[in-house]
Amino acid sequence: MLDDLFRRIFVVTILTSYTMSGFFKSSIGRKVAMALSAFFLMFFLLQHLSINILSVLSPETFNEVSHFMGTNPLVQFVLQPILIFAVVFHFVMGFVLELRNSRARKVAYAKNNGAANSSWMSRNMIWSGMTILAFIGLHFVDFWFPEMNTKFIQQDWSGTMEGVEGLRYHHELVEKFVNPVRVGAYAFAFVLLGLHLAHGFTSAFQSMGGTAGRKKILQTIGKAYSILIPLGFITIAVYHYFNH
Amino acid sequence: MDLTLKIWRQVDAKDKGKMVDYKVTEISGSMSFLEMMDVLNEQLVNAGDEPVAFDHDCREGICGMCSMYINGEAHGPDRGVTTCQLHMRMFKDGDTITIEPWRAAAFPVIKDLVVNRSAFDRIQHAGGYISVNTSGNTQDANATLISKKAADTAMDAATCIGCGACVATCKNSSAMLFVGAKVSQYALLPQGQVEAADRVRNMVAQMDLEGFGNCTNTGACEVECPKGISLDNIARMNRELMKASI
Amino acid sequence: MALDSKVPKGPIQDKWTEYKNHINLVNPANKRNIDVIVVGTGLAGGSASATLAELGYNVKSFAYQDSPRRAHSIAAQGGINAAKNYQGDGDSTYRLFYDTVKGGDYRSREANVYRLAEVSANIIDQCVAQGVPFARDYGGLLDNRSFGGVLVSRTFYAKGQTGQQLLLGAYSAMNRQIARGKIEMFNRHEMLDVVIVDGKARGIIARNLVTGEIERHSAHAVVIASGGYGNVYFLSTNAMGSNVTAGWKVHKKGAYFANPCYTQIHPTCIPRSGDYQSKLTLMSESLRNDGRIWVPKHMEDVLAIREGSKKPTELTEEQRDYYLERRYPAFGNLVPRDVASRAAKERSDAGYGVNATGEAVYLDFAASFERYGKEQAKIHNIQNPSEAKIKELGQAIVKAKYGNLFQMYEKIVDQNPYETPMMIYPAVHYTMGGLWVDYNLMTTVPGCYAIGEANFSDHGANRLGASALMQGLADGYFVLPYTIGDYLADDIRTGTISTESPEFEAAEKEVTERIEFLIQNKGIHSVDYYHKKLGKIMWDKCGMSRNTEGLKTAIEEISALRKDFWQNVNVPGTATEYNEQLAKAGRVADFLELGELFAKDALVREESAGGHFREEHQTEDGEAKRIKEFQFVSAWEYKGEPKDAVLHKEQLEYENIEVKERSYK
Repeated sequence: MLDDLFRRIFVVTILTSYTMSGFFKSSIGRKVAMALSAFFLMFFLLQHLSINILSVLSPETFNEVSHFMGTNPLVQFVLQPILIFAVVFHFVMGFVLELRNSRARKVAYAKNNGAANSSWMSRNMIWSGMTILAFIGLHFVDFWFPEMNTKFIQQDWSGTMEGVEGLRYHHELVEKFVNPVRVGAYAFAFVLLGLHLAHGFTSAFQSMGGTAGRKKILQTIGKAYSILIPLGFITIAVYHYFNH
Repeated sequence: MDLTLKIWRQVDAKDKGKMVDYKVTEISGSMSFLEMMDVLNEQLVNAGDEPVAFDHDCREGICGMCSMYINGEAHGPDRGVTTCQLHMRMFKDGDTITIEPWRAAAFPVIKDLVVNRSAFDRIQHAGGYISVNTSGNTQDANATLISKKAADTAMDAATCIGCGACVATCKNSSAMLFVGAKVSQYALLPQGQVEAADRVRNMVAQMDLEGFGNCTNTGACEVECPKGISLDNIARMNRELMKASI
Repeated sequence: MALDSKVPKGPIQDKWTEYKNHINLVNPANKRNIDVIVVGTGLAGGSASATLAELGYNVKSFAYQDSPRRAHSIAAQGGINAAKNYQGDGDSTYRLFYDTVKGGDYRSREANVYRLAEVSANIIDQCVAQGVPFARDYGGLLDNRSFGGVLVSRTFYAKGQTGQQLLLGAYSAMNRQIARGKIEMFNRHEMLDVVIVDGKARGIIARNLVTGEIERHSAHAVVIASGGYGNVYFLSTNAMGSNVTAGWKVHKKGAYFANPCYTQIHPTCIPRSGDYQSKLTLMSESLRNDGRIWVPKHMEDVLAIREGSKKPTELTEEQRDYYLERRYPAFGNLVPRDVASRAAKERSDAGYGVNATGEAVYLDFAASFERYGKEQAKIHNIQNPSEAKIKELGQAIVKAKYGNLFQMYEKIVDQNPYETPMMIYPAVHYTMGGLWVDYNLMTTVPGCYAIGEANFSDHGANRLGASALMQGLADGYFVLPYTIGDYLADDIRTGTISTESPEFEAAEKEVTERIEFLIQNKGIHSVDYYHKKLGKIMWDKCGMSRNTEGLKTAIEEISALRKDFWQNVNVPGTATEYNEQLAKAGRVADFLELGELFAKDALVREESAGGHFREEHQTEDGEAKRIKEFQFVSAWEYKGEPKDAVLHKEQLEYENIEVKERSYK
């Protein structure tokens, strides 16, 4: 009985991945893949911001949640790899598509008035994306590499550190926002993220074929999302800069 | 008005081509853009020079033949018009107008401003039809009811004139608005359902093969489309392909 | 050669069925060995190519444009007639047949028209099956509109782009066959001659318009579907590339050319704005339902308006001449196309034209704004509405009816037709004449067929609105595929036609020499210079109204212009490249011959009928006066110069319709 069920799931999986692999090789399949990874990343951003807001509202809760996220095996060993995969995939695919698309026009226009028919954001996703990539590099140096070092090389899963009372996460966060240059870079990157999202949000829905008839509402949500998310992150950074 | 024209001249497909400056004088605002080009060509012929080659035919905005990139925009600065319907009153005395052919790897230049858009035809060959014999032995036209909404939306998609402005405008030279319009027309009608899955798969595959770029949803095509074909058609095509693939 | 129309015997309603039951058929296996060339990819050529390929023939299709989808059928706006009687308003095959023959002023062949009416209903079924998005009502059924003053609603439409949708339907059917390899498509190719071997059409010489290469193509039959010749007038609503060359070459090789003088001139086009004008744009004649046509009564107002010191809206009712209402009190602004066109010309010729070129009259909606506005005010129970309110309410109604036309007008003319009257002027838009064909649609050259606007057959001296699309598709989908089989049944053992024969050799040589001549000539005038001159002669003397003296002068002038052309035309560039001027030169050279035959035909036809109006032959009301002795088709045989052409007559018999005066009272 159970054996049969597994066999069926197996067959269906193989079959779908076979037909789907053809799908993902097509231009539309690729943009759907971009959209799927984008959805995941947009959900991640929302989740990340929610936790970061706690650092302003209640440092204790922030510490507790951070400790949970940092030590929970499901988050660490399932969600984190998926996240990393999504980030890497989104960037790699973005570059691949950009490269292919540039090859579709071999001679450039002597005069092109892009502003007449499309937004700056939509035409410059690759630049806003690269800025975000650079920021993620900084973010990794600031937080992720030290975390990995503490947990996997030093094997310290306690969430505490010398000279800090209780859990260390809030302290580490505040420490980073002492430097005004970092806060500035942080804010700049989030403005670019906002611009990236301003096009990316509705674009992902369009790629999934979901905008027909719901264009207006999606545009409104997209606008709100692309303003509120970066604004939230920037506000937190600025708050800590002035309150450390 | 007197104008300076910067026009792309290219002898044939192999030539490298370059921009050349011309002057035209006493252009009236009620001339169409192509009539202004006629004036230039008459001037060139009378001076013993080669006239500028450009595609044109019906000159009433429906055949889809005319195709110029004017001052950085497909079919020029006006909206909802083809180049033949663009009037010179959109320009001012003393203006410099840059005129280029559609630029896309899939639309190679034949001569000057004339490009080869056969790629569009080949995409249509791949599935832009309903497989019904033209024997006349079909059911009565009113046998299948089709809602007014579906018929009207299909009609809106079907108004595409195949000019290629979408490709020319798109920063990625993507043909998705063109293909999406055809896929949508049939997807919205009951007659098109039988072959829907194969149609979208084959047309998209041919589109990719032709070397058009991918869509990044900038929406420029919809703005520049002389017939106002909606981006919804691209979304619908995406949906149709997903449906066909799962 | 005596003309044999080959109309089958028997009652008219049985002719086509009986005919189909007894023709020769070609076995499917043999169809594979038979090639057919189709020149032109409009409604007629596109539908014929698709159907012949589907039947199994090897089809080679030719279009001068870059894709079959660009053919000028695409520009037809209004709709397509079919005797479906969906509205239950009494329509029938007979009624459509009757309307078409009467509309054509009793100058078309009964049997052909009846067949057209008979297959019309099937066209709609076919097109719907192909996915043509015809307009529908809220219940999901097909919608109809009434058109061209007939008494029933039989016109199917797809917004104002019916021609486009039908053409794309035929194009899609072609695409299916191109994908199967049954149609070989030659885009950007122009047919420059037909090749006749042993008395039969066996191929064509075509020029690749991109490379300039001259190509030989052989086939067992050649179908000409290259449209009409309205561009002989230079300015018309035709596409810039529309030309008579394919038909004319066939004519020169033995096909008779019928009724060249039957031209339809459409009254509601946007006027010319200057000498640079290349093309005229048509607006649906339905505008005349709500617009009043006028010019100023006094010359000083005309001049003031032209120089811009006065606006038309400033003229009082007394200062206006509603000349159609004045001359035709019964029908007023709704007189038939030809009468409305001639009246506009008469006023303009008298000096009352209202724009800079002097060739425009007003079409004024102010009265409709007021009428509809008052009606709306009543409906909405608005007490004592202001004038502005009335106008606003009325404009909304007019906008709902003609909004797209008003917008198009504003784009072209740059005047707001809601605030100032529209300017209109008649323009050439369809030619009823064409290659003479028999019941089988075969020309007098065996194996050479002509379909759609390229032939003369179904519209007589005047075509009804929404009938051109019907005829093109009827010929291509449902008539030619049968009749051509009857002919090709004899060719199943012929095998591939060689292109190495002396006939192909000779035809190619002739084409090449002509092209070489044009290129080498290095004269002083551009091709357009001649085309414009020809157009002016045609418009002035063979236009909306014609007279003996004018036609005689036209013949001389065209003949002289042709001589001048061959001496002084200047074609830049070479023969071995993309050279639009060269292509155009060849077309204008043919127009210069056709134009003269046209004038000759008009001169010989000593009567007025439909689009052909001879000033000497009119009733007191200024209406066309038909003359019984001219109840025939003029079919012209080529004998060198157009002046030497020989007239053959096909007498027209009406057994199922009583020939009456067209009356609009």
